[in-house]
Amino acid sequence: MKIHEYQAKELFRAGGIPVPPGSVATTPAQARQIAESIGKTVVVKAQVHVGGRGKAGGVKLARTPDEAESIANDILGMDIKGLTVKKVLVTEAVEIASEAYVGVVVDRAIKRPVLIVSAAGGVEIEEVARKSPEKIIKLELDPLLPIHPFHARRVAYSVYDDPDVAKQAAKIIQQLVNVFWKNDCSLIEINPLVVTPDNVVTAVDAKINFDDNAAFRHPEWEEMRDTDAEDPAEMEAKENDLSFVKLDGNIGCVVNGAGLAMATMDLVKRCGAEPANFLDIGGSSNPEKVIAAMRIIMRDSNVKAILFNIFGGITRCDDVANGIVQAVQQLKPDLPIVVRLTGTNEQEARDILRDVGLATAPGMEEVVNEAIKLANKAA
Amino acid sequence: MSILVDKNTRVVVQGITGRDGSFHTKGMLDYGTKIVAGVTPGKGGQTVETVPVFNTMAAAVSETGANTSVVYVPPPLAVDALYEAADAGVELVVCITEGLPADDMLKVARYYEVKGVRLVGPNCPGVITPGVCKVGIMPGQIHKKGPVGVVSRSGTLTYEVVYHLTNNGIGQSTCIGIGGDPIIGTRFLDVLEMFEKDRQTEAVVLIGEIGGTDEEVAAEYIHRQMTKPVVSFIAGRTAPPGKRMGHAGAIIAGGAGTAAEKITAFRAAGVEVADTPAEVAKLMQHELSQRSQRKRAKVVSVTSKGRMAARGKTRSKSTTAKKATTKRSTTSKKKAATPAKKTTATKSKRTTASKAKSKAKAKAKPRTKSTKGKTKTRSAAKSTRKTTARKSTSSRKKTGTRKTATRKATTRKPAATKKKTTSKSGNKAARSKSTTRSKSRAKSKSPTRRSTKPASKSRSKPKTKRKTSR
Repeated sequence: MKIHEYQAKELFRAGGIPVPPGSVATTPAQARQIAESIGKTVVVKAQVHVGGRGKAGGVKLARTPDEAESIANDILGMDIKGLTVKKVLVTEAVEIASEAYVGVVVDRAIKRPVLIVSAAGGVEIEEVARKSPEKIIKLELDPLLPIHPFHARRVAYSVYDDPDVAKQAAKIIQQLVNVFWKNDCSLIEINPLVVTPDNVVTAVDAKINFDDNAAFRHPEWEEMRDTDAEDPAEMEAKENDLSFVKLDGNIGCVVNGAGLAMATMDLVKRCGAEPANFLDIGGSSNPEKVIAAMRIIMRDSNVKAILFNIFGGITRCDDVANGIVQAVQQLKPDLPIVVRLTGTNEQEARDILRDVGLATAPGMEEVVNEAIKLANKAA
Repeated sequence: MSILVDKNTRVVVQGITGRDGSFHTKGMLDYGTKIVAGVTPGKGGQTVETVPVFNTMAAAVSETGANTSVVYVPPPLAVDALYEAADAGVELVVCITEGLPADDMLKVARYYEVKGVRLVGPNCPGVITPGVCKVGIMPGQIHKKGPVGVVSRSGTLTYEVVYHLTNNGIGQSTCIGIGGDPIIGTRFLDVLEMFEKDRQTEAVVLIGEIGGTDEEVAAEYIHRQMTKPVVSFIAGRTAPPGKRMGHAGAIIAGGAGTAAEKITAFRAAGVEVADTPAEVAKLMQHELSQRSQRKRAKVVSVTSKGRMAARGKTRSKSTTAKKATTKRSTTSKKKAATPAKKTTATKSKRTTASKAKSKAKAKAKPRTKSTKGKTKTRSAAKSTRKTTARKSTSSRKKTGTRKTATRKATTRKPAATKKKTTSKSGNKAARSKSTTRSKSRAKSKSPTRRSTKPASKSRSKPKTKRKTSR
């Protein structure tokens, strides 16, 4: 889960990381008030979940409260890469003597969080890694130990020569790691970490991604969630405990298991068509899930045929077949449906489907080919 | 033989009284798994399907001698269950539960590393040695005993592939679901090392998917050190970037972790990549028939070369098999040393021949499309790999022309490796494996770790840097 810059900065403040004063506005008038209370030149920043806000004209300087109001008026409602700006962050403009990057990411390969620091801030870290990897300093963190001050000092002094600056930076680095652990982050970044001409270190931008698996112990995340960037179909799927990702093709896929679901999509493509979605109904054979899955897929007008690919193990094929029958009766789709069910109780399942006149296929390749044939006929 | 679970596996089920726990306990018992205990705090004294339930893992293990745990505990409590399992002294923990926070898993994985306990999962279907032992949730009836090891990040996709294997008469030695999460206890590399050493396993099926770089690491290992053929399948060719595809770990992040990258890595390593799950079985059938042909050919050539050669070969082979040494360099040392004494003439002949071959291989493209070409490349690759390893004993410098990572690994390790072989040679009991494994894990990782160190200053004295970094 992604959160906005202003939300990440609130977590920074709570964690003792200095950020320039500022707050979020939803109207131009609010933006003006905030600018007035800051009393200095401010930056007005669009709060949307896409990269490249600056280039799209979503980040602008305002010297006076009047200017802040008119700029906020321009930015609010602006469309950035398909998303409408509903909030702006109005924050004090900071003079920049130098910019650095500080972040913590989870390195899957070594099963550890890694602290990454680079003297080249303000640009994407991936770009730095590509162009000048020697500018990147990495420190693997032991998950069982807190970050010690000396860890932070080590990286801080390798970037900053001035002891006063390095001390401030070390403290920020240490706090950043603490915020990372405390908030179940999968990514936390300060880019740029700015040193001002009078040697004050401050976090000018903030980025945090949360680990969705930890949501059960963070009820506060629910309020922070910005559903604008999320696909309504994907949200409906989530509510029904389904994993769904919308794609652009015309073959709707309902599968049990994520790996098999991906393999099914790949097979659709390989057989000459495009999958309309990724959908994993999981291990349970609850008919409600099957109904929800069909409802979500049928909402996509591109879909010309729906295929079911179920490998029954613990999931019983006859349970899924009953779910399909219920879904068809309830939703009355005018789309062709082809079903493949293999494994536990597959014969019973076939009988159930045959009785209501639904087509079955013996294997994965057969069901995909059959669905494509029917979709082509319908189109 | 098999890996991880066998007839000596004594299972304790954590969360045995829950809906999933009790259901799958019955499934595992029906398959013939020795389930000796269950644990649910507060429900000690009860029984589930005749299995006694304990309040704590410590009591369950001390009273029943359980050596393996399988975890069905739901997410909020599962992390505690994992710590409890490692602390109770079992050797293997299989975590079926899905949805554990990654930050917790980072800590758990580290704890298991320190304790020397193997963790499979989380978010996995478990481990099965067909006909012997099932620890997990997979449908037992689709499996069949045989020579092919299966390792996968997925559940139902694994069933699909196993179903095709079994239907084509190809049985399995052990099938392992390592889990779909970003942070998992056992990775492809760990399992491949085990399959390489396992006598029953003749070939391996690896089922990967988008996200992370474990497939690439596996490809590297297969290319450098594995003698057994590997057939792979990668799911998610059509997956869009930035979207989590069901599994927490199946995400193309920052443009990395695509199926195309993984397929390229495997093909470059000489691994067959199937385009569909069904094709895995076909490719495997081909590999197995090639393998048996090669075996037959070997027998013929050995008899024609005379007794001395034959004895040398047999000796060397059995030594290698017995050695459960984790480092290939040590294994190959033994392999080379034994015949060298007995059949110097034959050996030198072989070395020159394969030297030439290896040169040719170095220039050759890793894969060609025609089947004939494939076979040739494959066998050439095998012999090259063996030769290079053999040569490495006489002159390490030559091996060093490969990549820095290996060079570092080899040059840094000889002392440690030697010590290990002398102290641990002879017959290794299955029990002692866990220590060897954990050591090997730490070792095999070190080059990777090193490479992530600060590129500039630390290079001069990486050792001290490494210590301070923890």
